[in-house]
Amino acid sequence: MSQFYTSTDHFTIIPAVMLALFGCAILLFDFLVFPDPRQRKYLLIFVALAEGFTGYALYRQTEWLTANGQTSLTGFGGSVTVDGFGIFFNWIFVIAAMIVAVVSYKYLEISGEHHGEYYGLILFAQSGMYFLATGTDLITLFIGLELMALTFYVMVGFLRTDKRSNEAAIKYLLLGAFSSGFLVYGFSLMYGMAGSTKLAVVAEAIRQRPLWDPVVFLALATTSVGLLFKISAAPFHMWAPDAYEGAPTTVTAYLAVASKAASIAFLLRIFMGPFWSAKEVWEPILSVVAVLTMTVGNLAAINQTNIKRLLAYSSISHAGYMLLGLVAGNDTGINGIAVYVMVYTFMNLGAFLVVVALRRQNIIGEDLDDIAGLMSRSPGYAVLMLIFLLSLAGIPPTAGFLGKYYIFLSLIQTGHFTLAVIGTLYVAVAIYYYFKIVRSMFIRESTEKAPMATSAGLRLALGVSGVLTLAIGVYPEPFLRLAQTSLLR
Amino acid sequence: MPSGYIPILIFLAVAISFPVVAILAAKLIRPAAPSVIKLEAYECGIKAASDSRGRYTVRFYIIAILFVIFDVETIFLFPWAVRYRTLGWFGVAEVAVFLAILIVGYIWAYKKGALEWV
Repeated sequence: MSQFYTSTDHFTIIPAVMLALFGCAILLFDFLVFPDPRQRKYLLIFVALAEGFTGYALYRQTEWLTANGQTSLTGFGGSVTVDGFGIFFNWIFVIAAMIVAVVSYKYLEISGEHHGEYYGLILFAQSGMYFLATGTDLITLFIGLELMALTFYVMVGFLRTDKRSNEAAIKYLLLGAFSSGFLVYGFSLMYGMAGSTKLAVVAEAIRQRPLWDPVVFLALATTSVGLLFKISAAPFHMWAPDAYEGAPTTVTAYLAVASKAASIAFLLRIFMGPFWSAKEVWEPILSVVAVLTMTVGNLAAINQTNIKRLLAYSSISHAGYMLLGLVAGNDTGINGIAVYVMVYTFMNLGAFLVVVALRRQNIIGEDLDDIAGLMSRSPGYAVLMLIFLLSLAGIPPTAGFLGKYYIFLSLIQTGHFTLAVIGTLYVAVAIYYYFKIVRSMFIRESTEKAPMATSAGLRLALGVSGVLTLAIGVYPEPFLRLAQTSLLR
Repeated sequence: MPSGYIPILIFLAVAISFPVVAILAAKLIRPAAPSVIKLEAYECGIKAASDSRGRYTVRFYIIAILFVIFDVETIFLFPWAVRYRTLGWFGVAEVAVFLAILIVGYIWAYKKGALEWV
């Protein structure tokens, strides 16, 4: 072809191209082919096609790697690297986007904001996530991050007439822009040290510097601020409860699951890449951040009466557990993060889907009172919610136990006994506030009788999340093997 | 220390000192005789109509955003035009993709009525 383009280049970005292409198609088809608002649900077909093609492309990439006996394939001069790590995380994005798209239709219809662009935005955000999981260049990673974040700012404020939604979007936008500034400052220092934006070159440049080099430390500190903000770790978690509460619940689910998984992938790429040689420096910092995150998340969740806010704080504390895996830093720990992210995706999506079903005409359905007596009204939903909450708390035989097990195992293997003990103690706190929801569902009397806002897509998505949450816990072997492919070294 | 940054440092020093020197010099030289008319905001010699911090319609923002889109488009097209021969068909394909994405956005904005001044 030419000097700028090799024949394998397109192969490394084809999933993102598919997502962007179908995203654009949705924007056009929205008014050219389906002008009637009632036809907008047909746009789901495009999302399904996009995810189908993306999944197929990911499958072909895996096949290529095995057929050629290689662990990674780089494209565009090392800007994009397709490896087991990237493919694993992208499967999570595919599943999360598909589930969120399927359940959104009814919720947005009730909220009176069912627009075609919504489905396009889901796909655009996902193409940003693709580059977060596979990018190995500072610029590629940053553009991927901004593509994802900008789309989320819009989606959080999607309920245009709702004050809370607007407030959440503005807060998220301002704080997000601020944290991106820190991140770029760190990136500029990395570029200054290495003279290149490629992660591999930056890693080499940092390795050759002394351990407590002030420039490395400054780059580490500023980059960490941006990264920790994105995974909503304390003390940069302030935006999460407000954004989660104000956003449409379907968007909250997507934000809590896919955005967090992508940011974790991004964090691992940076910490396992350029900053790996400075592990001695960041290990104590991240330990403190992880403990602080678990403290803030778990203790603040206790007093919440809004289910979405409660789940937001719970998702903050989960970020703390994931960070513990990175603090341990051995294969078990990194593998544990992959398992944790996979498990977290299904259980957290499931819990938010039940909240989605609580949103009915004239009922916001986000308070603990709204879920009261769910067992007597719709026992199916109540039992599923119980499974998700048990899993979030980390009780066997659900999937959540498995995620925490590997994190704690890695901490014990590497001698971080105090951290393991603190993590285990906070599980007890978590059980308390998760069971506030359970008590509300099973013991308290129902306050209103309106039936759940259900749809075929929602039931299917709930079923899939529920079955997988149990399946990973009961028979984890195939899922663990899947997560093993994601080892990043 | 990379020596290439020294001109930037000099430039920064000049840029900071220039307004400081100018304001100080003016303060020392000019006679001090303030009056109400002198302290008013200057607007082409016409008496100021209202405060500039008033509220104005959100449509201006939409026009501004659309303007930025097309502005950025030309900024990207210029370097491509300059290096047209070196880039060859690869460049044409890249620009076609870039323009296609922008055109989708343009059609979307047009159909949504962003260009109409209601």
